[in-house]
Amino acid sequence: MSNPQQLRYSKEHEWLSPAEDGVATVGITEHAANALGDVVFVQLPAVGESVSAGETCGELESTKSVSELYSPVNGEVTEINEDVVADPSLVNSAPFEGGWLFKVRVAEEPGDLLSADEYTAYTAG
Amino acid sequence: MTDGEERFLACPVPWETTVSSTDSAALRHTALDAVHRSLGATMTDFAGWDMPLRYGSERDEHNAVRTKAGLFDLSHMGEITVTGPQAAALLDHALVGNIGAVKPGRARYTMICQADGGILDDLIVYRLAETEYMVVANASNAQVVLDALTERAAGFDAEVRDDRDAYALIAVQGPASPGILASVTDADLDNLKYYAGLPGTVAGVPALIARTGYTGEDGFELFVKPEHAVELWQALTKAGEGAGLVPCGLSCRDTLRLEAGMPLYGHELTAELTPFDAGLGRVVKFDKDGDFVGREALREAAERAEQNPPRVLVGLVAEGRRVPRAGYDVVADGKVIGRVTSGAPSPTLGKPIAMAYVDAAHAAPGTPGVGVDIRGTHEPYEVVALPFYKRQK
Repeated sequence: MSNPQQLRYSKEHEWLSPAEDGVATVGITEHAANALGDVVFVQLPAVGESVSAGETCGELESTKSVSELYSPVNGEVTEINEDVVADPSLVNSAPFEGGWLFKVRVAEEPGDLLSADEYTAYTAG
Repeated sequence: MTDGEERFLACPVPWETTVSSTDSAALRHTALDAVHRSLGATMTDFAGWDMPLRYGSERDEHNAVRTKAGLFDLSHMGEITVTGPQAAALLDHALVGNIGAVKPGRARYTMICQADGGILDDLIVYRLAETEYMVVANASNAQVVLDALTERAAGFDAEVRDDRDAYALIAVQGPASPGILASVTDADLDNLKYYAGLPGTVAGVPALIARTGYTGEDGFELFVKPEHAVELWQALTKAGEGAGLVPCGLSCRDTLRLEAGMPLYGHELTAELTPFDAGLGRVVKFDKDGDFVGREALREAAERAEQNPPRVLVGLVAEGRRVPRAGYDVVADGKVIGRVTSGAPSPTLGKPIAMAYVDAAHAAPGTPGVGVDIRGTHEPYEVVALPFYKRQK
Protein backbone atom coordinates (compact mmCIF):
# COMPACT_ATOMS: atom_id res chain seq x y z
CA MET A 1 0.00 0.00 0.00
CA SER A 2 1.20 3.52 -0.50
CA ASN A 3 0.27 6.57 1.51
CA PRO A 4 -0.42 9.65 -0.64
CA GLN A 5 2.39 12.20 -0.34
CA GLN A 6 0.13 15.26 -0.16
CA LEU A 7 -1.61 14.04 3.01
CA ARG A 8 -0.46 14.20 6.59
CA TYR A 9 -1.07 11.51 9.15
CA SER A 10 -1.82 11.04 12.84
CA LYS A 11 -0.51 8.20 14.97
CA GLU A 12 -4.15 7.21 15.45
CA HIS A 13 -4.18 6.36 11.73
CA GLU A 14 -6.24 9.27 10.44
CA TRP A 15 -5.17 11.26 7.38
CA LEU A 16 -5.62 14.99 6.82
CA SER A 17 -5.72 16.69 3.44
CA PRO A 18 -4.17 20.11 2.76
CA ALA A 19 -6.71 22.78 3.73
CA GLU A 20 -8.63 24.60 1.04
CA ASP A 21 -10.08 27.90 2.29
CA GLY A 22 -9.28 26.63 5.77
CA VAL A 23 -11.21 23.36 5.37
CA ALA A 24 -9.43 19.99 5.38
CA THR A 25 -10.72 16.47 4.75
CA VAL A 26 -10.22 13.62 7.25
CA GLY A 27 -10.30 9.86 6.75
CA ILE A 28 -8.62 6.74 8.05
CA THR A 29 -5.61 5.26 6.34
CA GLU A 30 -5.47 2.15 4.22
CA HIS A 31 -3.32 0.57 6.92
CA ALA A 32 -6.10 1.19 9.43
CA ALA A 33 -8.82 -0.02 7.07
CA ASN A 34 -6.89 -3.23 6.42
CA ALA A 35 -6.36 -3.80 10.11
CA LEU A 36 -10.06 -3.29 10.84
CA GLY A 37 -11.32 -5.61 8.12
CA ASP A 38 -14.73 -5.10 6.54
CA VAL A 39 -16.16 -1.90 8.01
CA VAL A 40 -19.90 -2.29 8.60
CA PHE A 41 -20.85 0.86 10.50
CA VAL A 42 -19.47 4.34 10.89
CA GLN A 43 -20.62 6.95 13.35
CA LEU A 44 -19.38 10.42 12.45
CA PRO A 45 -19.45 13.71 14.35
CA ALA A 46 -22.33 16.06 13.56
CA VAL A 47 -21.92 19.02 11.22
CA GLY A 48 -21.17 22.04 13.38
CA GLU A 49 -19.62 19.96 16.16
CA SER A 50 -16.27 21.04 17.59
CA VAL A 51 -13.58 18.41 17.46
CA SER A 52 -10.21 18.37 19.20
CA ALA A 53 -6.97 16.82 18.13
CA GLY A 54 -6.42 13.42 19.70
CA GLU A 55 -9.95 13.20 21.05
CA THR A 56 -12.60 10.71 20.01
CA CYS A 57 -15.30 12.02 17.65
CA GLY A 58 -16.90 8.88 16.26
CA GLU A 59 -16.47 5.16 15.79
CA LEU A 60 -15.92 2.51 13.17
CA GLU A 61 -17.24 -1.02 13.50
CA SER A 62 -15.95 -3.99 11.57
CA THR A 63 -16.72 -7.69 11.74
CA LYS A 64 -14.35 -8.36 14.60
CA SER A 65 -13.88 -5.05 16.35
CA VAL A 66 -14.95 -1.54 17.09
CA SER A 67 -12.52 1.33 17.26
CA GLU A 68 -12.85 4.98 17.95
CA LEU A 69 -12.33 7.73 15.44
CA TYR A 70 -10.00 10.54 16.43
CA SER A 71 -9.76 14.00 15.00
CA PRO A 72 -6.25 14.88 13.86
CA VAL A 73 -6.87 18.63 14.41
CA ASN A 74 -8.91 21.13 16.44
CA GLY A 75 -11.76 22.67 14.53
CA GLU A 76 -15.39 22.59 13.51
CA VAL A 77 -16.98 19.89 11.36
CA THR A 78 -18.38 21.41 8.14
CA GLU A 79 -19.50 18.32 6.28
CA ILE A 80 -19.73 14.55 6.72
CA ASN A 81 -19.56 11.91 4.02
CA GLU A 82 -23.14 10.64 3.75
CA ASP A 83 -22.04 8.09 1.15
CA VAL A 84 -19.80 6.34 3.65
CA VAL A 85 -22.58 6.33 6.26
CA ALA A 86 -24.83 4.58 3.73
CA ASP A 87 -22.07 2.27 2.47
CA PRO A 88 -19.30 1.82 5.05
CA SER A 89 -17.41 -0.57 2.73
CA LEU A 90 -16.10 2.59 0.98
CA VAL A 91 -13.66 2.86 3.88
CA ASN A 92 -12.12 -0.43 2.73
CA SER A 93 -12.35 0.04 -1.02
CA ALA A 94 -11.21 3.66 -1.22
CA PRO A 95 -9.88 4.86 2.16
CA PHE A 96 -8.04 7.87 0.70
CA GLU A 97 -10.78 8.87 -1.74
CA GLY A 98 -14.48 7.96 -1.69
CA GLY A 99 -14.10 6.64 1.86
CA TRP A 100 -13.25 10.03 3.38
CA LEU A 101 -15.14 10.66 6.64
CA PHE A 102 -15.59 14.34 7.43
CA LYS A 103 -14.41 17.87 6.61
CA VAL A 104 -13.22 20.21 9.29
CA ARG A 105 -12.53 23.96 9.44
CA VAL A 106 -9.10 23.84 11.01
CA ALA A 107 -8.63 26.09 14.04
CA GLU A 108 -5.41 24.58 15.28
CA GLU A 109 -3.17 21.79 14.21
CA PRO A 110 -0.95 19.78 16.52
CA GLY A 111 2.75 19.85 15.71
CA ASP A 112 3.17 16.08 15.64
CA LEU A 113 1.36 15.08 12.45
CA LEU A 114 3.46 12.80 10.26
CA SER A 115 4.47 13.07 6.62
CA ALA A 116 3.62 10.19 4.29
CA ASP A 117 7.14 8.79 4.60
CA GLU A 118 7.14 9.16 8.37
CA TYR A 119 3.74 7.43 8.61
CA THR A 120 4.91 4.63 6.33
CA ALA A 121 7.92 4.10 8.59
CA TYR A 122 5.68 4.33 11.69
CA THR A 123 3.34 1.59 10.47
CA ALA A 124 6.16 -0.62 9.21
CA GLY A 125 7.36 -1.03 12.82
CA MET B 1 -11.57 12.20 27.21
CA THR B 2 -10.37 8.74 26.48
CA ASP B 3 -6.92 7.53 27.16
CA GLY B 4 -4.97 5.24 24.90
CA GLU B 5 -5.75 2.10 26.83
CA GLU B 6 -9.45 2.48 26.17
CA ARG B 7 -9.11 3.24 22.52
CA PHE B 8 -10.13 -0.20 21.34
CA LEU B 9 -13.23 -1.41 22.98
CA ALA B 10 -13.48 -4.98 21.82
CA CYS B 11 -11.08 -7.81 21.14
CA PRO B 12 -9.13 -8.62 19.14
CA VAL B 13 -7.38 -5.28 19.15
CA PRO B 14 -7.41 -4.40 15.46
CA TRP B 15 -4.06 -2.74 15.08
CA GLU B 16 -2.34 -5.65 16.76
CA THR B 17 -3.26 -8.17 14.13
CA THR B 18 -0.15 -8.74 12.09
CA VAL B 19 0.04 -8.62 8.34
CA SER B 20 2.25 -11.42 7.06
CA SER B 21 5.89 -11.22 8.07
CA THR B 22 5.56 -9.44 11.41
CA ASP B 23 7.36 -11.10 14.31
CA SER B 24 5.31 -13.80 15.95
CA ALA B 25 8.08 -15.92 17.41
CA ALA B 26 6.28 -16.73 20.64
CA LEU B 27 3.35 -18.30 18.84
CA ARG B 28 2.96 -21.79 17.44
CA HIS B 29 2.77 -22.11 13.69
CA THR B 30 0.91 -24.68 11.64
CA ALA B 31 2.42 -26.68 8.81
CA LEU B 32 0.68 -24.28 6.42
CA ASP B 33 2.25 -21.13 7.83
CA ALA B 34 4.32 -20.32 4.73
CA VAL B 35 1.25 -20.82 2.54
CA HIS B 36 -0.76 -18.33 4.59
CA ARG B 37 2.03 -15.76 4.36
CA SER B 38 2.36 -16.22 0.62
CA LEU B 39 -1.39 -15.61 0.34
CA GLY B 40 -1.00 -12.35 2.29
CA ALA B 41 -3.15 -13.48 5.20
CA THR B 42 -3.79 -11.22 8.16
CA MET B 43 -2.69 -13.39 11.06
CA THR B 44 -3.95 -13.41 14.62
CA ASP B 45 -3.03 -15.02 17.92
CA PHE B 46 -5.66 -17.65 18.57
CA ALA B 47 -5.07 -19.72 21.72
CA GLY B 48 -1.32 -19.37 21.30
CA TRP B 49 -1.36 -20.23 17.60
CA ASP B 50 -0.54 -17.80 14.80
CA MET B 51 -3.59 -18.39 12.62
CA PRO B 52 -5.08 -16.76 9.52
CA LEU B 53 -7.77 -14.27 10.55
CA ARG B 54 -8.65 -13.50 6.92
CA TYR B 55 -6.98 -13.45 3.54
CA GLY B 56 -9.01 -10.63 2.01
CA SER B 57 -12.55 -9.57 2.86
CA GLU B 58 -14.00 -11.73 5.64
CA ARG B 59 -17.49 -11.04 4.29
CA ASP B 60 -16.49 -12.42 0.88
CA GLU B 61 -14.98 -15.47 2.56
CA HIS B 62 -18.17 -15.98 4.57
CA ASN B 63 -20.35 -15.71 1.48
CA ALA B 64 -18.11 -18.11 -0.45
CA VAL B 65 -18.73 -20.80 2.18
CA ARG B 66 -22.51 -20.18 2.09
CA THR B 67 -22.74 -20.29 -1.71
CA LYS B 68 -19.65 -22.13 -3.04
CA ALA B 69 -16.77 -23.36 -0.90
CA GLY B 70 -14.05 -22.30 1.52
CA LEU B 71 -10.73 -23.83 2.51
CA PHE B 72 -9.65 -23.60 6.16
CA ASP B 73 -6.50 -24.44 8.10
CA LEU B 74 -7.73 -25.74 11.46
CA SER B 75 -4.49 -27.35 12.55
CA HIS B 76 -4.71 -25.62 15.92
CA MET B 77 -7.43 -28.06 16.99
CA GLY B 78 -6.21 -30.57 19.58
CA GLU B 79 -6.30 -34.27 18.69
CA ILE B 80 -6.13 -36.86 21.45
CA THR B 81 -6.15 -40.58 20.62
CA VAL B 82 -7.67 -43.08 23.02
CA THR B 83 -6.96 -46.76 22.39
CA GLY B 84 -7.24 -50.08 24.16
CA PRO B 85 -9.77 -52.71 25.16
CA GLN B 86 -11.48 -50.26 27.54
CA ALA B 87 -11.24 -47.16 25.35
CA ALA B 88 -15.03 -46.99 25.07
CA ALA B 89 -15.53 -47.56 28.79
CA LEU B 90 -13.03 -44.84 29.62
CA LEU B 91 -14.74 -42.31 27.35
CA ASP B 92 -18.17 -43.23 28.69
CA HIS B 93 -16.82 -42.50 32.16
CA ALA B 94 -14.91 -39.34 31.22
CA LEU B 95 -17.43 -37.69 28.86
CA VAL B 96 -21.16 -37.01 29.15
CA GLY B 97 -22.16 -38.79 25.92
CA ASN B 98 -22.83 -42.43 25.14
CA ILE B 99 -19.53 -42.99 23.38
CA GLY B 100 -19.63 -46.80 23.49
CA ALA B 101 -22.75 -46.63 21.31
CA VAL B 102 -20.95 -44.77 18.51
CA LYS B 103 -20.30 -47.18 15.66
CA PRO B 104 -16.83 -47.42 14.12
CA GLY B 105 -16.64 -44.88 11.32
CA ARG B 106 -19.06 -42.48 13.01
CA ALA B 107 -18.54 -39.35 15.09
CA ARG B 108 -20.38 -37.69 17.97
CA TYR B 109 -20.61 -34.14 19.30
CA THR B 110 -20.15 -34.34 23.07
CA MET B 111 -18.75 -32.58 26.13
CA ILE B 112 -16.35 -33.19 28.97
CA CYS B 113 -17.54 -31.82 32.32
CA GLN B 114 -16.16 -31.30 35.79
CA ALA B 115 -17.56 -33.21 38.76
CA ASP B 116 -19.71 -30.13 39.47
CA GLY B 117 -21.17 -30.31 35.96
CA GLY B 118 -19.27 -27.30 34.59
CA ILE B 119 -18.22 -27.66 30.96
CA LEU B 120 -14.48 -28.21 30.44
CA ASP B 121 -14.81 -28.35 26.66
CA ASP B 122 -17.05 -29.38 23.81
CA LEU B 123 -15.61 -32.13 21.63
CA ILE B 124 -16.06 -34.19 18.54
CA VAL B 125 -15.22 -37.84 19.14
CA TYR B 126 -14.51 -40.03 16.11
CA ARG B 127 -14.61 -43.80 16.55
CA LEU B 128 -11.87 -44.90 14.19
CA ALA B 129 -12.06 -48.60 15.12
CA GLU B 130 -13.59 -50.87 17.75
CA THR B 131 -10.84 -49.96 20.24
CA GLU B 132 -9.61 -46.62 18.86
CA TYR B 133 -11.10 -43.14 19.20
CA MET B 134 -9.88 -39.69 18.25
CA VAL B 135 -11.06 -36.89 20.53
CA VAL B 136 -10.85 -33.40 18.97
CA ALA B 137 -10.69 -30.58 21.51
CA ASN B 138 -10.61 -26.82 21.11
CA ALA B 139 -7.07 -25.45 20.89
CA SER B 140 -7.58 -23.37 24.01
CA ASN B 141 -8.64 -26.42 26.03
CA ALA B 142 -6.57 -29.21 24.51
CA GLN B 143 -4.19 -29.43 27.47
CA VAL B 144 -7.05 -29.36 29.98
CA VAL B 145 -8.85 -32.14 28.10
CA LEU B 146 -5.67 -34.18 27.78
CA ASP B 147 -4.97 -33.84 31.50
CA ALA B 148 -8.54 -34.73 32.45
CA LEU B 149 -8.66 -37.78 30.18
CA THR B 150 -5.28 -38.96 31.45
CA GLU B 151 -6.41 -38.60 35.06
CA ARG B 152 -9.76 -40.24 34.41
CA ALA B 153 -8.04 -43.16 32.63
CA ALA B 154 -6.72 -44.51 35.94
CA GLY B 155 -7.97 -48.06 36.38
CA PHE B 156 -9.03 -48.44 32.74
CA ASP B 157 -7.20 -50.69 30.29
CA ALA B 158 -6.81 -47.83 27.81
CA GLU B 159 -4.12 -45.45 26.63
CA VAL B 160 -4.56 -41.69 26.21
CA ARG B 161 -2.11 -40.26 23.67
CA ASP B 162 -1.35 -36.62 22.90
CA ASP B 163 -1.58 -36.44 19.09
CA ARG B 164 -1.75 -32.65 18.76
CA ASP B 165 1.43 -32.60 16.70
CA ALA B 166 0.56 -35.71 14.73
CA TYR B 167 -2.10 -34.03 12.59
CA ALA B 168 -2.71 -31.05 10.41
CA LEU B 169 -6.42 -30.35 9.87
CA ILE B 170 -7.75 -28.88 6.63
CA ALA B 171 -11.47 -28.24 6.16
CA VAL B 172 -13.38 -27.82 2.91
CA GLN B 173 -16.78 -26.33 3.66
CA GLY B 174 -19.69 -25.20 1.53
CA PRO B 175 -22.18 -26.57 -1.00
CA ALA B 176 -19.48 -27.11 -3.64
CA SER B 177 -17.24 -29.06 -1.26
CA PRO B 178 -18.48 -32.59 -2.13
CA GLY B 179 -17.74 -32.02 -5.82
CA ILE B 180 -14.34 -30.51 -5.13
CA LEU B 181 -13.31 -33.31 -2.80
CA ALA B 182 -14.70 -36.01 -5.12
CA SER B 183 -12.38 -34.75 -7.87
CA VAL B 184 -9.30 -35.58 -5.78
CA THR B 185 -10.34 -38.77 -3.98
CA ASP B 186 -11.76 -42.19 -4.78
CA ALA B 187 -13.35 -42.40 -1.34
CA ASP B 188 -17.09 -43.09 -1.33
CA LEU B 189 -18.28 -39.61 -0.33
CA ASP B 190 -21.89 -40.28 -1.33
CA ASN B 191 -22.16 -42.82 1.46
CA LEU B 192 -20.20 -40.73 3.96
CA LYS B 193 -22.95 -39.36 6.19
CA TYR B 194 -22.89 -36.20 8.30
CA TYR B 195 -20.85 -36.98 11.42
CA ALA B 196 -19.07 -39.93 9.83
CA GLY B 197 -15.39 -40.41 9.03
CA LEU B 198 -13.36 -42.88 7.02
CA PRO B 199 -9.70 -43.36 6.21
CA GLY B 200 -8.84 -42.72 2.59
CA THR B 201 -6.50 -41.05 0.16
CA VAL B 202 -7.00 -37.44 -0.95
CA ALA B 203 -4.77 -36.10 -3.73
CA GLY B 204 -2.34 -38.94 -3.07
CA VAL B 205 -2.17 -38.16 0.65
CA PRO B 206 -3.44 -40.53 3.36
CA ALA B 207 -6.21 -38.77 5.28
CA LEU B 208 -9.01 -39.31 7.73
CA ILE B 209 -11.95 -37.89 5.82
CA ALA B 210 -14.72 -36.66 8.13
CA ARG B 211 -18.02 -35.08 7.15
CA THR B 212 -18.04 -32.56 9.96
CA GLY B 213 -17.68 -28.82 10.29
CA TYR B 214 -18.46 -25.65 12.15
CA THR B 215 -20.05 -23.52 9.45
CA GLY B 216 -23.64 -24.70 9.09
CA GLU B 217 -22.87 -25.97 5.60
CA ASP B 218 -22.10 -29.39 4.15
CA GLY B 219 -18.38 -30.00 4.27
CA PHE B 220 -15.42 -32.11 5.19
CA GLU B 221 -12.55 -32.06 7.64
CA LEU B 222 -9.37 -33.80 6.56
CA PHE B 223 -6.89 -34.98 9.19
CA VAL B 224 -3.47 -35.56 7.64
CA LYS B 225 0.15 -35.75 8.67
CA PRO B 226 1.64 -32.24 8.95
CA GLU B 227 4.24 -33.06 6.27
CA HIS B 228 1.38 -33.63 3.80
CA ALA B 229 -0.54 -30.47 4.63
CA VAL B 230 0.94 -28.16 1.99
CA GLU B 231 0.54 -30.74 -0.76
CA LEU B 232 -3.10 -31.33 0.18
CA TRP B 233 -3.86 -27.59 0.49
CA GLN B 234 -2.40 -26.91 -2.96
CA ALA B 235 -4.29 -29.84 -4.51
CA LEU B 236 -7.59 -28.69 -3.01
CA THR B 237 -6.94 -25.10 -4.11
CA LYS B 238 -6.41 -26.31 -7.65
CA ALA B 239 -9.41 -28.67 -7.54
CA GLY B 240 -11.61 -25.80 -6.33
CA GLU B 241 -10.45 -23.22 -8.86
CA GLY B 242 -13.46 -23.57 -11.13
CA ALA B 243 -15.92 -23.97 -8.26
CA GLY B 244 -15.28 -20.70 -6.44
CA LEU B 245 -13.25 -22.15 -3.55
CA VAL B 246 -11.39 -19.47 -1.58
CA PRO B 247 -9.05 -19.68 1.41
CA CYS B 248 -10.92 -18.69 4.57
CA GLY B 249 -9.73 -17.40 7.93
CA LEU B 250 -10.98 -17.71 11.48
CA SER B 251 -12.94 -14.44 11.24
CA CYS B 252 -15.48 -15.89 8.83
CA ARG B 253 -15.44 -19.21 10.67
CA ASP B 254 -16.74 -17.28 13.68
CA THR B 255 -19.54 -15.51 11.78
CA LEU B 256 -20.47 -18.77 10.02
CA ARG B 257 -20.81 -20.70 13.28
CA LEU B 258 -22.64 -17.79 14.91
CA GLU B 259 -25.26 -17.68 12.14
CA ALA B 260 -25.61 -21.46 12.51
CA GLY B 261 -26.22 -21.03 16.27
CA MET B 262 -23.20 -23.15 17.18
CA PRO B 263 -21.62 -22.45 20.57
CA LEU B 264 -17.99 -21.42 21.03
CA TYR B 265 -16.11 -22.37 24.17
CA GLY B 266 -15.24 -19.32 26.24
CA HIS B 267 -18.34 -17.56 24.92
CA GLU B 268 -21.52 -19.67 25.11
CA LEU B 269 -19.79 -22.50 27.00
CA THR B 270 -17.71 -22.08 30.16
CA ALA B 271 -16.77 -24.03 33.28
CA GLU B 272 -19.40 -21.98 35.15
CA LEU B 273 -22.18 -23.42 32.99
CA THR B 274 -23.51 -26.96 32.61
CA PRO B 275 -24.68 -28.34 29.25
CA PHE B 276 -28.26 -27.80 30.48
CA ASP B 277 -27.63 -24.13 31.16
CA ALA B 278 -26.36 -23.83 27.59
CA GLY B 279 -29.48 -25.44 26.15
CA LEU B 280 -27.44 -28.48 25.15
CA GLY B 281 -28.66 -30.95 27.77
CA ARG B 282 -29.36 -33.42 24.98
CA VAL B 283 -25.64 -34.29 24.87
CA VAL B 284 -25.83 -35.69 28.42
CA LYS B 285 -26.81 -39.38 28.40
CA PHE B 286 -27.93 -40.50 31.86
CA ASP B 287 -29.05 -43.89 30.56
CA LYS B 288 -25.61 -45.12 29.52
CA ASP B 289 -23.79 -47.91 31.36
CA GLY B 290 -21.75 -47.05 34.40
CA ASP B 291 -21.08 -43.85 36.28
CA PHE B 292 -19.60 -40.78 34.61
CA VAL B 293 -17.88 -37.67 35.86
CA GLY B 294 -20.49 -35.05 36.71
CA ARG B 295 -23.52 -37.34 36.70
CA GLU B 296 -24.95 -36.28 40.06
CA ALA B 297 -24.46 -32.56 39.52
CA LEU B 298 -25.85 -32.79 36.00
CA ARG B 299 -29.03 -34.52 37.29
CA GLU B 300 -29.63 -31.50 39.48
CA ALA B 301 -28.76 -29.14 36.64
CA ALA B 302 -31.29 -30.88 34.40
CA GLU B 303 -34.06 -30.44 36.98
CA ARG B 304 -33.12 -26.82 37.59
CA ALA B 305 -33.12 -26.06 33.87
CA GLU B 306 -36.55 -27.62 33.52
CA GLN B 307 -38.26 -26.10 36.54
CA ASN B 308 -36.47 -22.86 37.18
CA PRO B 309 -34.06 -21.92 34.44
CA PRO B 310 -31.82 -19.03 35.50
CA ARG B 311 -30.91 -17.70 32.09
CA VAL B 312 -31.59 -19.01 28.61
CA LEU B 313 -29.43 -18.82 25.50
CA VAL B 314 -31.27 -16.85 22.80
CA GLY B 315 -30.63 -15.16 19.50
CA LEU B 316 -30.82 -11.39 19.09
CA VAL B 317 -31.25 -9.58 15.79
CA ALA B 318 -30.55 -5.87 15.58
CA GLU B 319 -33.05 -3.38 14.32
CA GLY B 320 -30.23 -0.87 13.83
CA ARG B 321 -26.71 -1.22 12.54
CA ARG B 322 -24.60 -1.11 15.68
CA VAL B 323 -22.97 -4.41 16.49
CA PRO B 324 -23.33 -6.12 19.87
CA ARG B 325 -20.09 -7.61 21.20
CA ALA B 326 -19.32 -10.32 23.73
CA GLY B 327 -19.75 -8.99 27.26
CA TYR B 328 -22.28 -6.26 26.47
CA ASP B 329 -25.35 -6.11 28.72
CA VAL B 330 -28.79 -7.08 27.46
CA VAL B 331 -31.36 -4.68 28.88
CA ALA B 332 -35.13 -4.27 29.26
CA ASP B 333 -36.93 -1.41 31.01
CA GLY B 334 -33.56 0.06 31.93
CA LYS B 335 -32.53 -3.11 33.81
CA VAL B 336 -29.81 -5.59 32.92
CA ILE B 337 -31.50 -8.88 32.02
CA GLY B 338 -28.66 -10.72 30.33
CA ARG B 339 -25.32 -10.65 28.62
CA VAL B 340 -24.13 -11.02 25.04
CA THR B 341 -21.79 -13.99 24.54
CA SER B 342 -21.05 -13.57 20.80
CA GLY B 343 -22.01 -10.87 18.35
CA ALA B 344 -21.16 -9.85 14.80
CA PRO B 345 -22.56 -8.29 11.68
CA SER B 346 -24.24 -11.21 9.88
CA PRO B 347 -23.35 -11.29 6.19
CA THR B 348 -26.28 -13.59 5.42
CA LEU B 349 -28.95 -11.60 7.29
CA GLY B 350 -27.38 -8.24 6.52
CA LYS B 351 -27.88 -7.17 10.14
CA PRO B 352 -25.97 -7.44 13.40
CA ILE B 353 -26.78 -10.61 15.34
CA ALA B 354 -25.83 -11.97 18.73
CA MET B 355 -26.18 -14.92 21.04
CA ALA B 356 -26.94 -13.95 24.63
CA TYR B 357 -27.94 -15.45 27.94
CA VAL B 358 -31.08 -13.67 29.14
CA ASP B 359 -33.42 -14.08 32.10
CA ALA B 360 -36.10 -16.66 31.32
CA ALA B 361 -38.85 -14.02 31.53
CA HIS B 362 -37.40 -12.27 28.47
CA ALA B 363 -36.29 -15.34 26.52
CA ALA B 364 -39.37 -16.04 24.39
CA PRO B 365 -38.99 -15.10 20.72
CA GLY B 366 -40.63 -11.75 20.09
CA THR B 367 -40.40 -10.57 23.71
CA PRO B 368 -40.88 -6.80 23.43
CA GLY B 369 -38.63 -4.11 24.84
CA VAL B 370 -35.33 -5.97 24.72
CA GLY B 371 -32.18 -4.07 23.84
CA VAL B 372 -28.43 -4.21 24.07
CA ASP B 373 -26.37 -1.59 25.87
CA ILE B 374 -23.89 -0.66 23.16
CA ARG B 375 -21.34 1.52 24.89
CA GLY B 376 -23.96 3.47 26.79
CA THR B 377 -26.78 3.52 24.25
CA HIS B 378 -29.68 1.06 24.47
CA GLU B 379 -30.21 -0.24 20.95
CA PRO B 380 -33.39 -2.26 20.23
CA TYR B 381 -33.03 -5.96 19.46
CA GLU B 382 -35.48 -8.69 18.55
CA VAL B 383 -35.34 -11.95 20.51
CA VAL B 384 -35.35 -14.89 18.07
CA ALA B 385 -34.99 -18.67 18.28
CA LEU B 386 -31.62 -20.12 17.29
CA PRO B 387 -30.18 -20.75 14.77
CA PHE B 388 -30.22 -17.59 12.66
CA TYR B 389 -29.44 -19.61 9.56
CA LYS B 390 -30.23 -23.17 8.49
CA ARG B 391 -29.12 -24.52 5.16
CA GLN B 392 -31.67 -25.93 2.73
CA LYS B 393 -31.01 -29.65 2.35
